Amino acid sequence: MKELFPLKQVMGFVFSLVLTAVALSVVMFDMSFAMGMTILLITAFVQAMLQLMVFMHARETEDSGLILANVYYGVFIAVVTVFGSLLALIWGYM
Amino acid sequence: MEFFERFAIPHPSPIIYASMVAIGITLLAIIAGLTFFKKWGYLWREWLTTVDHKRIGIMYLISALLMLFRGGVDALMMRAQLATPEAQLLDSQHYNEIFTTHGVVMIIFMAMAFIIALMNFVVPLQIGARDVAFPRLNALSFWLYFMGAMLFNLSFVIGGSPSSGWTSYFPLAGNEFSPSVGTNYYMIAIQIAGIGTLITGINFIVTILKMRAPGMKLMKMPMFTWSALITNLIITFAFPVLTVALAMGTMDRLFGTQFFTTGNGGMDMLWANLFWVWGHPEVYILVLPAFGIYSEIISTFAKRNLYGYKSMVASMVIISLLSFVVWVHHFFTMGQGAMVNSIFSITTMAIAVPTGIKIFNWLFTLYKGSIRFTVPMMYSLGFLPIFTIGGVTGVMLGMSAADYQYHNTMFLVAHFHLVIIPGVVFAMLAGLTYWWPKMFGFMLNERIGKWAFWFISVGTCVAFFPMFISGLDGQARRMYTYSESTGFGFWNMLSFVGAVALAIGFIIIVYNIYYSTRYASRDIGSDPWDARSLEWATHTPVPEYNFATIPEVDSSEAFWDSKYNGHKLFKGKLKEIHMPNNSGVPFIMSALFFVLGFSFIFSIWIGVIVSLLGICACLMHRSFEKDHGRHISLEEVEKTESELRGGK
Ligand code: HEM
Ligand SMILES: [Cu+2]
Repeated sequence: MKELFPLKQVMGFVFSLVLTAVALSVVMFDMSFAMGMTILLITAFVQAMLQLMVFMHARETEDSGLILANVYYGVFIAVVTVFGSLLALIWGYM
Repeated sequence: MEFFERFAIPHPSPIIYASMVAIGITLLAIIAGLTFFKKWGYLWREWLTTVDHKRIGIMYLISALLMLFRGGVDALMMRAQLATPEAQLLDSQHYNEIFTTHGVVMIIFMAMAFIIALMNFVVPLQIGARDVAFPRLNALSFWLYFMGAMLFNLSFVIGGSPSSGWTSYFPLAGNEFSPSVGTNYYMIAIQIAGIGTLITGINFIVTILKMRAPGMKLMKMPMFTWSALITNLIITFAFPVLTVALAMGTMDRLFGTQFFTTGNGGMDMLWANLFWVWGHPEVYILVLPAFGIYSEIISTFAKRNLYGYKSMVASMVIISLLSFVVWVHHFFTMGQGAMVNSIFSITTMAIAVPTGIKIFNWLFTLYKGSIRFTVPMMYSLGFLPIFTIGGVTGVMLGMSAADYQYHNTMFLVAHFHLVIIPGVVFAMLAGLTYWWPKMFGFMLNERIGKWAFWFISVGTCVAFFPMFISGLDGQARRMYTYSESTGFGFWNMLSFVGAVALAIGFIIIVYNIYYSTRYASRDIGSDPWDARSLEWATHTPVPEYNFATIPEVDSSEAFWDSKYNGHKLFKGKLKEIHMPNNSGVPFIMSALFFVLGFSFIFSIWIGVIVSLLGICACLMHRSFEKDHGRHISLEEVEKTESELRGGK
């Protein structure tokens, strides 16, 4: 019976619902902008990871190393382009 | 009548009318020729619908060569205009249009197509595969690229060409300063071709990761395949930025959004920023396959295995990361603080290090090698010094404080031509000569090829070295004329002479192709260069399934080992072979993209809607189509193999 019940997926689903509810709290309750943003960023990031790992099977096949390397590479590039652009066009611009 | 007026050229000249006539006549001649020789069916069955990576590669190749000549004529006109002070050959508007189309055609439609051509032809063979992972997407890639290129070239005779530079900076590229449809062509033609390139990127990553012959571990891949993998990785992550930037630019021009405007919260430098976030990785997309080609050629003709395989791979991986963190060096003078500039100066200099490592690896491979001076090898040897000079001047430009002096002068123009020409054009000509026998079953004449090499390499130096001097003297790029008192005249005349020599070199190459097609021996075997990697292990001409039995590999030079060290490549027995079916959908869909692009450019909304519906129909067709490919029967494989002189 244990093999038939997709425990991991169900738990993942519940957890992603919880994350959504937490994110929703930002508009339900009155809180500072910084606080709200922090909550949103954290829940969004965890949510993305959860989807990748649990539902898109990023770690389950034998070439998961390659898949993860691609994901890290993408994350690296996204981070440097976004923060680099902010640095060049806003923060570092006098 | 009003409807048709928008298609008129806003700024006509006799040259443009002449080319209209020329294009018209060529088209008619092609149509008449195809009809007369009853070749329509052949064209459709064998080429327009093909999904074979080798044929797609050859179509890319032909398109790239065509674009090389289109861009080359632009270049000659520019050099002729600048050869003497206050020349009247072109007026400022035409000069602007020509340098813009020259840049776009050369980078997007020539260089990209050329590297994708060679990757298409060679990579599946080198990894012992029967095709790429998604053959039909591959056909789609090509046709999207092709339609993008045709659309862009149409601008010359319908509606007017873009004129705000291949970088198309806003606000100059905005409606206010570029009211003609030229910049719409830029935005949309590149967009269409870019989608094709992005698809290629994904396709080749999957192909290389998933379809290697048994035993070919990542660290046993030939160097060209490694370079193709890294290149396609960069493509996949860099091109989406271009896609977004172009979409925003299109919306600014057509739908009145304000992303890149100077008022209403728009930010013009955001375009430059996004453009170079794509643009700098793009220069490495161009040059990495070249590095791979040189690695193959140098080790083949020095008869030695490549020195420092691991450091070659490592430096490419490092380049692939660093190439994404240097883009601000293209606008050091924007006005951001010293802090930002310093950061990007340091990253820029860092990227020269892995590039330098590769140069040393090639030198060490040559050291004590027994060198054969064939044409591909001569290009590789010519590449080393010229590219090094181009790279070193890049480091000079990378020092942000100094760049205030060099930026947008001819010094910059000299830098990037002296990296791109040896780094891309030489490599493509070398690769073309090297793989030509595999593609077409005969070799290009070596003696004529060497003449071409000398004209091209000396021409490159004569054309571009003077620009360092005139640039330091203050000649700005993209100026259509200058006065006699500036003293630039001599240097520009020298450049013109070099440009003519380059042109002669390319004409010699065309002559060589003609000459060799007529006279070269067809009896060259399957391995005329005594080469080292798997593409030479199959027959010439390559059967459509590439390898009758999939080779088994245990080193990075499996074919060499099979020739000289007793490795057995083909262990399996002949079996029937499963191949993908041809399909006309990629061609039809891309043709619809052409209509879509054209309608967008001229704001013909009914055309946009109809072609979009057509494109959706093509996608739906693919989703519901049941196509399981076809099988080549065992007898047929055996017959082909024995015709090609018996299976090995
Ligand atoms: C050795 C490493 C290199 C360094 C440090 C370097 C550095 C630079 C810098 C700082 C600029 C901007 C200069 C300015 O606008 O004032 C530049 C422009 C350029 N570089 Fe390089 N570069 C290098 C290699 C390459 C390679 C390998 C290619 C192409 C294959 C290339 C192609 C270009 C192009 C096309 C431009 C000018 C684009 C334009 O403004 O139209 N560079 N380079
Ligand atoms: Cu750059």
